[in-house]
Amino acid sequence: MSTEYEAVIGLEIHVQLSTRTKMFCGCELSFGDDPNVHTCPVCLAHPGVLPVPNETAVRYALQIGAALDCELAPESTFDRKNYFYPDNPKAYQITQAAKPFCANGNLGGVRIHHAHLEEDAAKTIHTGGGGRIKGSDASLVDFNRGGTPLVEIVTEPDLRSGAQVREWGQLLRATIKQLGVSDVNMEEGSLRCDANISVRPAGSDVLGTKTELKNMNSFRFIERGIEAEIARQKEVVSSGSEVVQETLHFDPSTGELHSLRSKEEAHDYRYLPEPDLVPIVPTQAMLDEARESLPELPAARAERYEALGVQEGAALLLSFETDWAGFFEGVLAADDSIEPRVAANWVTGEFAAELRKQDDQPLADARVTPEALATLVGLVGSKKISHGAGKTVLEEMVASGADPEAVVADKGLEQISDSGELEKIVIQAIEDNPKPAEQVRSGNEKAIGALVGAVMKATQGRADGGEVNRLLRQHLGL
Amino acid sequence: MADLQLLAASGSETAARIASGNVSAGEVLDFWLERAAGDPLNGYLWHADAEAARTGVSADGGALSGVPLAIKDIFCTEGVPTTAASKILGGYVPPYTATSVARTAAAGLPMLGKTNMDEFAMGSSNENSAYGPCLNPWDAERVPGGSSGGSAAVVAGGLAPWALGTDTGGSIRQPAGFCGIVGLKPTYGAISRFGMIAFASSLDQCGPLTRDVTDAALLLGILQGRDEMDSTSVGIEGGVSAPSAERLDGMTFGVPRGLIGEGMEAGVLARFEETLIRICELGGEIVDIELPHAGHAISAYYVLAPAEASTNLSRYDGVRYGLRASDEDLLSMYEVTREEGFGPEVKRRIMLGTYALSSGYYDAYYGRAQRVRTRIVEDFDKAFGLVDFVVTPTSPTVAFKLGEKTTDPWSMYLSDIFTVPISLAGVPAISIPAGLAEPDGGGPELPVGFQIAAPAFGEQKLLEASYALEQAIGFDGSPGLEGGSP
Repeated sequence: MSTEYEAVIGLEIHVQLSTRTKMFCGCELSFGDDPNVHTCPVCLAHPGVLPVPNETAVRYALQIGAALDCELAPESTFDRKNYFYPDNPKAYQITQAAKPFCANGNLGGVRIHHAHLEEDAAKTIHTGGGGRIKGSDASLVDFNRGGTPLVEIVTEPDLRSGAQVREWGQLLRATIKQLGVSDVNMEEGSLRCDANISVRPAGSDVLGTKTELKNMNSFRFIERGIEAEIARQKEVVSSGSEVVQETLHFDPSTGELHSLRSKEEAHDYRYLPEPDLVPIVPTQAMLDEARESLPELPAARAERYEALGVQEGAALLLSFETDWAGFFEGVLAADDSIEPRVAANWVTGEFAAELRKQDDQPLADARVTPEALATLVGLVGSKKISHGAGKTVLEEMVASGADPEAVVADKGLEQISDSGELEKIVIQAIEDNPKPAEQVRSGNEKAIGALVGAVMKATQGRADGGEVNRLLRQHLGL
Repeated sequence: MADLQLLAASGSETAARIASGNVSAGEVLDFWLERAAGDPLNGYLWHADAEAARTGVSADGGALSGVPLAIKDIFCTEGVPTTAASKILGGYVPPYTATSVARTAAAGLPMLGKTNMDEFAMGSSNENSAYGPCLNPWDAERVPGGSSGGSAAVVAGGLAPWALGTDTGGSIRQPAGFCGIVGLKPTYGAISRFGMIAFASSLDQCGPLTRDVTDAALLLGILQGRDEMDSTSVGIEGGVSAPSAERLDGMTFGVPRGLIGEGMEAGVLARFEETLIRICELGGEIVDIELPHAGHAISAYYVLAPAEASTNLSRYDGVRYGLRASDEDLLSMYEVTREEGFGPEVKRRIMLGTYALSSGYYDAYYGRAQRVRTRIVEDFDKAFGLVDFVVTPTSPTVAFKLGEKTTDPWSMYLSDIFTVPISLAGVPAISIPAGLAEPDGGGPELPVGFQIAAPAFGEQKLLEASYALEQAIGFDGSPGLEGGSP
């Protein structure tokens, strides 16, 4: 019997902070401006310059630490990480190795080893030669990004699959977004994720040789990249070979993995304590503020919604998106007789789908208010209109912002409440559709769908589905 | 004759004459610009003209306004070439000005020029300058010391009334001693390092090189203070004022006998012992003390300082400014630029420091040196629990000959044996002239420095004691340059 293998995955996530200025100088942060307009002697590493830490970045790092349930260090220090590259003008990055601001946290069951503050590198562009430095005609450096404050979050190797990484990554992104300390936009690079991946016989507690998958710009690509790498490693070890420690790049367009560098080419970063900065001792007020200023975070919110009876899927969807959660809570506030489960299904189901269908409208631009949706849900809930008619009304509401009751009146969508009238239509439908009627009678209950459809068509969706079913079955002798 | 009076005057005396209308600031500047232009010592790497000297200088700067200043070429000066005496910064013109220079300019001090030094402040003789050695005004066959050799030589040689230098392991005090002037290294953190090209960041400190103790106090008063551009700067609480003490009654001076003796010239030792007697004559008390770990200071220093230097100097890569010796590809740009741009001593220290920080060696070298440093800090803490000051000769010898130690780095490093422990402890120290002495092996007499160290931020007390002693010693600071070139 062949050995079962399991994957072990740890993540390093870089979050660009949305402070006004850079980590160690007064240059403004920007995205998309002309190259090299947000620079100064400090972030260009002229001789003689010194770093001065950005206090807001320290506060943001502490907030992230608090949100990840970390211990916040009473004293934190910076270190130099040395390597030569044109995007790193001092030839060292100021980061934290020995005493990071945050350690020993947990988010959604994944342990956080630590989270530290550092500065981002500049952006390099290699012209010609396929965008890589080898074989390029020229290399250009844009220092606008250089010195942007970054928080690097390092997890323990607690993740086991690409799908789990995607889900957890989305939770992390939503959590940080909620804090308002970063744009967490993966395409613009304000959230970047590297994964350390190894495989081992299932149940073993020894870690295998890991590879590092670098810098992918969406959680879907991360999921695919990780799955591809897990498959590759399983094949390697199953065939009796050994995984080689290396850094890999996943190309989402081809699904292929490329080696960037091997262990032998790995840097010796020659860390040393940064002598230009004194240790930072956050005041008790700063530590308290970091913890007390936390908004309700996605994980807690999801738990609260589930406790209200909202289904897990809808609860997660709502919790990850602050504005959707706000809309949902607006619906509940407008009419407290609506069951949270029902409201959540309308918001994340029919309403979200209708927005997508109509030009992919963002929620922020929607013409439907939570109060209007509450009214609609109330109309359906009290059986004034059928669920199907409700969808028709919603379509109109999304298109024009119309009042649901007005739409119901205009279109005459009020449900047929007179059961005598409905019974006539049911009988007529059975007569008009003898074939499915016969099929149902001879035991094929599925064929009843065609008869329901006929009734709905005849009533223009104004009939209550449950009642139609009951009457059909009664008249078909079931 | 006005010129002769200016040449002999200290900075504060000249300032007083300008203030009283006896001479104008313009006349003073012209006089010194002409003196500096006639530099026979290779003391300057760049000379200001009258316009450049006044650029950015406050016309209403206060008590010292109008007394021009020579500035070590390690301070960045906007629009003025700044090389740290290295080829790798050849042609570099900084886009900003160091805080220390901005403060002296705000106080009304024009800039005479940028002075020669050991490349990136690495050296004790000024022979490591990429632009040729600076000469000692007392004997042109001898070194002025280093790394602030140019700043010391121009002040002693009558080419500037006073100067700014930097001290990492003795780079102000040792050349001041070799040239017969006053050199003060303040407490680490007393003066901003912003704009001072870094050698070893945890040790580098700016300070004055002057004709007398009063001038050192007055310049320190301008320079010291917290700077928001340097998070390690704190300033000196209460500031600094001109000293006036005449006696040393009740003050105790600790002599670390364990350090003194071996490798020292007889003449230097004689001036040192005489100075101890003068201290007693002024009412001070001499106490023998121990600095048990100071003997390891040079070894620790030559791990820590190169380690920091190896990362501080990594930015000179040919990408953004200064020399770019090749653009064949990225690696050759780095390699050829740094091969051609750095001198041998700088390369030696980069390699030493890189090795000391390498994975697997960090703890054996850097970590261990840090622990020695901690012990030395504790030694000084303990000593200052017993005495007010610690005194030593500034250097074991008088100024040595050019070329004498260039082939033996270790003997060169040992010339800083008395200054380095104090740098590691971070405390302030001054070198004042204690007289002249014949070198071992004979020859004309040369200046001998006397070093006094005080507890952290004890600058005012240090200056008071130094002033009293200076008056009693009555050193004639002139290497015989009345009226003409040295």
